[in-house]
Amino acid sequence: MAVAAVETRTAYKLDQSWLVRLFDYKPFLIFICLLPALGLLTVFLSYPLGLGIWLAFTDTRIGRAGSFIGLENFESLWHDRVFITSVWNTLLYTGVATLGKFALGLWLALLLNNHLPFKSMLRAIILIPWIVPTVLSAIAFWWIYDPQFSIISYVLVDVLGWRDTYIDFLGEPWNARWSLIAANIWRGIPFVAISLLAGLQTISPSLYEAAMLDGANAWQRFRHVTFPMLMPILAVVLTFSVLFTFTDFQLVYAITRGGPVNSTHLMATLAFQRGIPGGQLGEGAAIAVAMIPFLVMATLFSYYGLSRRKWQQGEDND
Amino acid sequence: METGKDGMASVQIADVRKAYGSTQVIHGVDIDIDDGEFVILVGPSGCGKSTLLRMIAGLENISGGEIRIGPRVVNDVPPKERDIAMVFQNYALYPHMTVADNMAFSMKLRKAPKSEIDERVSKAAQILGLTNLLERFPRQLSGGQRQRVAMGRAIVRDPQVFLFDEPLSNLDAKLRVQMRSEIKELHQRLKTTTVYVTHDQIEAMTMADKIVVMHDGIVEQMGAPLDLYDRPANLFVAAFIGSPSMNLLKGTITAAGFETEGGTIWPIGSHPADSNGKAAVFGIRPEHIKLDPNGLQAEVVVVEPMGSETQVVVRCGGQNLTCVFRERITAKPGETIRITPDTAVTHLFDAATGKRI
Repeated sequence: MAVAAVETRTAYKLDQSWLVRLFDYKPFLIFICLLPALGLLTVFLSYPLGLGIWLAFTDTRIGRAGSFIGLENFESLWHDRVFITSVWNTLLYTGVATLGKFALGLWLALLLNNHLPFKSMLRAIILIPWIVPTVLSAIAFWWIYDPQFSIISYVLVDVLGWRDTYIDFLGEPWNARWSLIAANIWRGIPFVAISLLAGLQTISPSLYEAAMLDGANAWQRFRHVTFPMLMPILAVVLTFSVLFTFTDFQLVYAITRGGPVNSTHLMATLAFQRGIPGGQLGEGAAIAVAMIPFLVMATLFSYYGLSRRKWQQGEDND
Repeated sequence: METGKDGMASVQIADVRKAYGSTQVIHGVDIDIDDGEFVILVGPSGCGKSTLLRMIAGLENISGGEIRIGPRVVNDVPPKERDIAMVFQNYALYPHMTVADNMAFSMKLRKAPKSEIDERVSKAAQILGLTNLLERFPRQLSGGQRQRVAMGRAIVRDPQVFLFDEPLSNLDAKLRVQMRSEIKELHQRLKTTTVYVTHDQIEAMTMADKIVVMHDGIVEQMGAPLDLYDRPANLFVAAFIGSPSMNLLKGTITAAGFETEGGTIWPIGSHPADSNGKAAVFGIRPEHIKLDPNGLQAEVVVVEPMGSETQVVVRCGGQNLTCVFRERITAKPGETIRITPDTAVTHLFDAATGKRI
């Protein structure tokens, strides 16, 4: 009986419509699922980026379509002292601010990694500079750096008596540059500190105990255990921090608008200044495009910096 | 390195206490460990054995009492000056260093000459069979290899005392048996005083010169493995040591034997005459129950043939007992067999205090 049953069994073919079969076709399904993301990327990323690059090679002004002029924008920028200053400013701003953020952020992370009273509250407070909208904190700094009402000047002159005159924070080019860098460091520390704190907490306490038994003092434990194990996350955070700082616009534009006499312009603020209020869309776009090589370099650095170190490779048997 | 240390490396633990805030977790522990002895602290989790080990290592403060390593009181000596090496449960290998660097780390910190470092590392690697793995990173090793590297790191230090904190519990069963004998062999070779913490009584029985059974922050019993097995001092040790564990039956001691709550009368060996009529616990190890045509009736519940022996769970007087027979049992569940204890090796414990009678 059983044998007969097997012999008489027929294979039923499902009668599927072409639509069902189409959706069962994997490449099509993948394409359909990717479509929303692709659409968003095209409309909000590729199009503006492409348009920006195109504008950089034209003499477009607001209200007047331009024509293709090749590298003329870049040639004129090459001899433009304001632009050259803005490049140096951007490099200085990024370099010093990143160094400051990392030195202070790492120090803060190491402090917060200890058992402190009110630990979670402290960690929350640390995040405040990062949570506050940039423009708000910029306005606060504007007041802190005000030539007449600055609290820093007040403390130095009227309370401590260390100086006779108020400091003109934003009126002198170098004062203004350092003031902006200080404000940027203040804003950037939380991101670095919290990210590094997360990295620190992945390091097993028994490694420190083992190092302690091996005879390592506090500095040696940091040098031989904490630091190498923090390197991977340090590289990620460093890259992000460099990218954010390099492209910073809000803080500088809100506090100095590039002044005094264009001495604090970053590439981003100068691009906006020339392109929108100045109306020279093509030139503004060219300045923005000039940032790309720097950003590509930073990305390449991260690509090699982030590539898994040798000790992170191999089987994980845990 | 293999000749051992000059001088004594005994460890004395005298009335050591540990409290976290108002919670006391170790209540006055006294243990003497002789030079070259292999001592195992064993007990269920939360008994304070790891805390005690960490106090010897200097990773935990000592709330009261005194710990001596050699002639020196080490209560306030920082870990790195105690001349000890520890193997952690998770091995605590530095993931960014090769096997060789892991083992050499302590010597590099001491600024030992490179030739001496190389010599000691290669010798330790040879002892542990790690010579081919010296350039690998911990992630590229198997569990057993990592375990060996952790031991290598300790050996290179040539310390006065080795401390092991549950070193085998992250390994699979087969590897655990293998590493067990490797550690024992290593100790026989190096003859370094060793304190080893485990929750596994089989590890304790097979490796130790002396076992310390701990429970709730006190020492329940201390002694040679077979002494603990043959004469457990109390109910806790009786139940903890031995696998499968000892059968314990509640009842009363009578002139005729031991009468269980179910009314069965078990023959028992010699016992103090004044204990008759006393409420007690009768203990008999599974392997000390024999088949006997004139014995007590017992209904077979489960038969587990192991090949070399047969484990049988029987129901006798309303209680389940585990028996281990050398002979092969053909009885099926539900059938009745007759059993009797080997009266030379029965145990009696006071029902109120749990102490051995």
